[in-house]
Amino acid sequence: MSIYTLGIDIGSTASKCVMLCDGREIVAKSLIAVGAGTSGPQRAIAQVLEESGKSREDMAFSLATGYGRNSMRELADQQMSELSCHARGASFLFPDVHTVVDIGGQDVKVLQIENGVMTNFVMNDKCAAGTGRFLDVMARVLEVKVEDLGTLGAQSTKNISISSTCTVFAESEVISQLSMDTDKRDIINGIHHSVASRVAGLAHRVGVRDKVVMTGGVAQNTGVVKALEEELGHIIYTSPLTQYNGALGAALFAYQKYQKEHRD
Amino acid sequence: MAKEVSPGVLALRKVVEDVYADARKAHAEGRLVGWSSSKFPCELAAAFDLDVMYPENQAAGIAANRDGEIMCKAAEDLGFDNDICGYARISLAYAAGKRASRKVDFETGEYVINPASGKPLKDENGKVVIDPETGKPKKDPKTMQPYTVLDDIYEIEALPEGREKELRKAAIKPYRQMQMPQPDFVLCCNNICNCMTKWYENIARMRNIPLIMIDIPYNNTVDVHDTNVAYVRAQFDHAIHQLEELTGKKFDEKKFEEACANANRTASAWLRVCDYLQYKPAPYSGFDLFNHMADVVTARGRVAAAEAFELLEKDLAEAVKVGKTTTPFPEQYRVMFEGIPCWPKLPNLFKPLKEHGVNVTAVVYAPAFGFVYNNMDEMVRAYYKAPNSVCIEQGVSWREGICRDNKVDGVLVHYNRSCKPWSGYMAEMQRRFTEDLGVPCAGFDGDQADPRNFNEAQYETRVQGLVEAMEANKAAKEG
Repeated sequence: MSIYTLGIDIGSTASKCVMLCDGREIVAKSLIAVGAGTSGPQRAIAQVLEESGKSREDMAFSLATGYGRNSMRELADQQMSELSCHARGASFLFPDVHTVVDIGGQDVKVLQIENGVMTNFVMNDKCAAGTGRFLDVMARVLEVKVEDLGTLGAQSTKNISISSTCTVFAESEVISQLSMDTDKRDIINGIHHSVASRVAGLAHRVGVRDKVVMTGGVAQNTGVVKALEEELGHIIYTSPLTQYNGALGAALFAYQKYQKEHRD
Repeated sequence: MAKEVSPGVLALRKVVEDVYADARKAHAEGRLVGWSSSKFPCELAAAFDLDVMYPENQAAGIAANRDGEIMCKAAEDLGFDNDICGYARISLAYAAGKRASRKVDFETGEYVINPASGKPLKDENGKVVIDPETGKPKKDPKTMQPYTVLDDIYEIEALPEGREKELRKAAIKPYRQMQMPQPDFVLCCNNICNCMTKWYENIARMRNIPLIMIDIPYNNTVDVHDTNVAYVRAQFDHAIHQLEELTGKKFDEKKFEEACANANRTASAWLRVCDYLQYKPAPYSGFDLFNHMADVVTARGRVAAAEAFELLEKDLAEAVKVGKTTTPFPEQYRVMFEGIPCWPKLPNLFKPLKEHGVNVTAVVYAPAFGFVYNNMDEMVRAYYKAPNSVCIEQGVSWREGICRDNKVDGVLVHYNRSCKPWSGYMAEMQRRFTEDLGVPCAGFDGDQADPRNFNEAQYETRVQGLVEAMEANKAAKEG
């Protein structure tokens, strides 16, 4: 009989679910673009169940992670930090990973991985610079879609430095560049390098070892990935499942917990 | 059921109460009361029978009593930047006469109760009573508190005698740290931090009182060089001369030697108490050590402090013998807590640690205040070494020593917005701990006194991450 497990990742800006069969095969996944404290978690769960044609009762074990994990005490069997879940998800997708850089809505984390498990980590301090929120704010000021930032930044022909490490001050710096008629594509490239430089500072604290994998929504931005590769001097691997990585890790842990419970 | 408190802990509490009570008495009788930084050589003041209070300990108490924010804001209104240490801001506001007070209704003379305060009311079965009108838990009236407002003792003193003056005087919060006498002189030794210099200069200028300063330069080497000892020794001699002028008394060698003997005895007992955290499981929570810090700081030159620590040592020996611990959960993981705790958020700090069975079994305060010496030059060398005045090699060695002795599984680092020198070198130290000890480390942002700099959700994620990394580490070691 197949064992189905559910991973629920409630982030600050999105709710994601991944359903696994026997801890190996992704049966279904869902993503709702609102996170903790909204209808997002419920909708993400409903969507993943609908897509798979399964019910909650079919789930052998559910595990919640992310910023809103503790609000899921009634819907999930257990909670784990997004740190371990990202480590596990990345190790599933890239078995020889040693460093994970995860840039989410309000967190940046760099994880050190040994044999598929997290051995150390470092997170950003109480500042939004270098996070997904930073890019959201900049995209709004530049009047472009956040998902277009990567393509636009790649067309840059001139290096522009966005030196401020504070989101609010960086926003003023971008506005002042716009008022000087600087090409938006160059500004975007400068923003990507600003994010990369901030994240690299964090990554060097725990040490960077190949293979380096980037996860989280910002990993879809090819401009940030490229800028970070330059900063770190390492090739960075990403997956099309990048946004689901935390939920995937949670579903994998759910399977492990189920097995342990039934073995004991 | 009330938590059982051991005789040693009760004795330690009394020692600190007495320090404050003695200073209030001295002030009321017109005798001099000084304010001192925590690692100024208290032995010098003791030679003159001076009553001395400790603003760092006071600020920690004010913050733990949830008045850190109102006092920090008061200092900011006076022009002090919010980047300055929270202890300094609280102390500067206090020196300026600012007080956290209870809101009074001047017509009735009653305190105005804050409806949002207090703990939930429980019925005879221990269940929370829900208010049918609001659907929310009812508050236990016995635990509800008045609104906190800011007042100013110099404004109060300027009022004409009468009802308002009396009510405002009485409304100042009654706990001991908010009732500390104003200073007649200040004693500053910047071994503990450099912010201290400007902090004490400001108090001296604000109150127009003498400042006795001992400057301890940052030490780049593990050993203290003889020329540095000579530099500080000369300052000790000068401080004695200044104290003679201030008090009109001669330096009393006998009292000085007595204070030195007491300080050594206290330090030795303190270190032995700290060593009990090496037991597995530990007979007490390392968080208890934070509370006992008050005694080492405010009373290490008093015989009563030495006796109280010796009593606590006996309590702990007995606890180990019968397998008792004050830690209210089974110890699954042992960590070193690096830095000063977030005093206004102590329960929030403790909650996820308790949830995951994490006991703090190492704190860097143990070696920082456990110093013993045999003569004046050794005393200088001892005072030369404080957490922020030693080089990184010494700092790492202190910490790794306690981590090994106290068998920690991980390190939890407080990146303290109030203490940038301390937090500044922690990233490098974390890297060394992981490399040398093979344990994971997690850092969180917070503040020792200003609650605005702490985020509970972020802290909980970091603690949970650390626990998961310690679990993985243990599993890997066990194969």
